[in-house]
Amino acid sequence: MAFFQVENISLRGIAAAVPKFEISNMDYDYLSEQERKLLIKTTGIEKRRAVKDTGVTTADLCQASAEKLLNQLSINREDIQVVVFVSQTPDYFLPASSIILQNKLGLPKTCIAFDIDLGCSGYVYGLSVVSTLMNQAKLKKGLLLVGDISTDGTPIEDKSVYPLFGDGGTATLLEYDESAEKMTFSLQSDGSGYEAIIVREGAKRKPYTKESFDLVDIGNGIKRAPRNLELNGLDVFNFSVTEVPKNISDFFQKTGTSAESYDYFVMHQANMIMNETIRKKLKFPPEKIPYSLSKFGNTSSASIPLTIVSELRNKVSSPSSLLLSGFGVGLSWGTVSLKTKGLVCPELIEM
Amino acid sequence: MIQKLEGEFEDIPKGALTPSTKITDIQGWGSMHALIVIALMDAEYGITVKGDELRSVQSIQDLFDLAKKKQAAL
Repeated sequence: MAFFQVENISLRGIAAAVPKFEISNMDYDYLSEQERKLLIKTTGIEKRRAVKDTGVTTADLCQASAEKLLNQLSINREDIQVVVFVSQTPDYFLPASSIILQNKLGLPKTCIAFDIDLGCSGYVYGLSVVSTLMNQAKLKKGLLLVGDISTDGTPIEDKSVYPLFGDGGTATLLEYDESAEKMTFSLQSDGSGYEAIIVREGAKRKPYTKESFDLVDIGNGIKRAPRNLELNGLDVFNFSVTEVPKNISDFFQKTGTSAESYDYFVMHQANMIMNETIRKKLKFPPEKIPYSLSKFGNTSSASIPLTIVSELRNKVSSPSSLLLSGFGVGLSWGTVSLKTKGLVCPELIEM
Repeated sequence: MIQKLEGEFEDIPKGALTPSTKITDIQGWGSMHALIVIALMDAEYGITVKGDELRSVQSIQDLFDLAKKKQAAL
């Protein structure tokens, strides 16, 4: 297991942006009223935000978040020496969105910029990469931009995915700080589960054809095109409630900590029944678990920082001990513990 | 287990489910119910029921038997 610690890096602040356009699952008329009630009760997802046809991309949501965060923290942009964009919904196949954002955000040409192609586990992985690089190269400041616009790939005709996903983009500022407490990471992968959450067509293994865009009736009242997101909910559930508690129990053992050691445990916002199963297995009391599921649904890689901004922004302004865990598409999962000295989280941006 | 299932599902009257009830005959049965059953099996028996295992199960009694068998094999 990749278990390691990173010194000298602290989190200064997190900002998040969501589209203004709101969808309510109570209005989803592909389900009966009874089905809708059961869906909302089981998944915890009442409302979601979608970019719809505004043309806003993940990079735009991340850019708005970064602008607000850098301004509020009065950061000299010349000091930012690395920017990493984590997403599975980039602006282009190439070039990497992070490089375009380096220019758009007015960051110096001395800045390292690259993308990471991960979903639900992406925030934890992104923190590990940026912090390791910053510590090794003694970079003053770094920006981690994380988010996804999953609603583009989840058609209304597919009730197995449409009510679950929302869009969001975030920005996190990290700083070289010799007084920072260590961050501790445990990262894992299992590619044998690559088909559990997959978009099958559009890249190089199966390039687009005309049929990639045609909705196909796959039974149970579900229609989906090969370019759309396909999700095997039961496999993902079993993976998450088995591997995540195992990863974190092992993490507790290696770090000599327990649920009591942390102020908040912020999980990837998958769905309520899955997250609550994980919470109970790890014996975390409900008050330590923030949820933004009811407002924003599953926002893929954005879910952990978005939940911190929307649910904890006033609480984490004082020093906090956080445990963060992302898990899903890949399959990929990871956990990080970190202590903040007080995070600056500007109010959620709606655009 | 039956009481727990009745509690988890929406709009199922008490006593509606019996050991011989076919799970796919449960009113409004769908993927949400499958998820609830799998979560319940995990919480109650500490076992993992895969999607295709659940599809091969006929009645609630079968489900219970499967849980006991899996638990014994732990």
